[in-house]
Amino acid sequence: MSEQSLAIRKFSDLANPTRFIGLAERLLPWFSGLTALLFAVGLYLCFTTEGDYQQGETVRIMYVHVPAAWLSMMCYTVMALSALGTLVWRHPLADVSARAAAPIGACFTFLALVTGSLWGKPMWGAWWVWDARLTSVFVLFLMYLGLIALNRAMDDPGKAAKVSAILILVGFVNIPIIKFSVEWWNTLHQPASVLRLDGPAIDPEFLRPLLVMALAFTMLFLPCTSRPCATKSGAGG
Amino acid sequence: MMSHTGYVIASYGIAAFTVAGLILWVLADGRGRRRELKALEDAGIRRRSASTAAGEAQ
Repeated sequence: MSEQSLAIRKFSDLANPTRFIGLAERLLPWFSGLTALLFAVGLYLCFTTEGDYQQGETVRIMYVHVPAAWLSMMCYTVMALSALGTLVWRHPLADVSARAAAPIGACFTFLALVTGSLWGKPMWGAWWVWDARLTSVFVLFLMYLGLIALNRAMDDPGKAAKVSAILILVGFVNIPIIKFSVEWWNTLHQPASVLRLDGPAIDPEFLRPLLVMALAFTMLFLPCTSRPCATKSGAGG
Repeated sequence: MMSHTGYVIASYGIAAFTVAGLILWVLADGRGRRRELKALEDAGIRRRSASTAAGEAQ
């Protein structure tokens, strides 16, 4: 067997639920420790950097709002990839991964909406406006809740997996709408200032804590999904 | 600017509360699933993938 096929074999072995459970249980303490460390460093940077000359202290809301918003979209993207795995390969881990990510995505979307509202009131003078960015993120939140409810409402897990996967893939159209809404429409929400083709338009002083917090939130996603994946796939695989 | 501190505290408070709730829910859900698995294993039911993994390891 060639080295390349051995490497592919090693990777595809992870699709075996029993092996996945073993690996997840070994890695979970490391992921959890790293997440706690990143949060400690991130929070230290959040509260030790200077306030913005225009926004003052409220700029600190950005360090939780932006990572939560990024993660809300990343969770749904992971769910869409899992939905493909359910429909194309009918792999049990794919459905388990989508089901595990839905409540986590709902939490991050809720956080993005609430912290955005708390940032909007002092900066815009309004808790909420029905502009394209805010509305499309609110639709994402409703989609997460709908998918969680659908999975709980159906008795047949196989049928629930298939219906959920189709709905997730149809709903994925909302992700580029969220991302580009600030460019396609006239919105009160500002355009992208970090993920831009010409590089971040934000001062490195603010970018540093933002990236550390984004990494901490991403690391939080890993143990939060791999733990339910490991336990939920137990009976199914 | 002092009045804006309340918005910052509220944001971090809600974030901490939501993340703590999420972690507790994941832990509680995991415990429940482990109990279910234990009951199934005690009844002699094994994962199909367990035999594959054990077979290939030999």
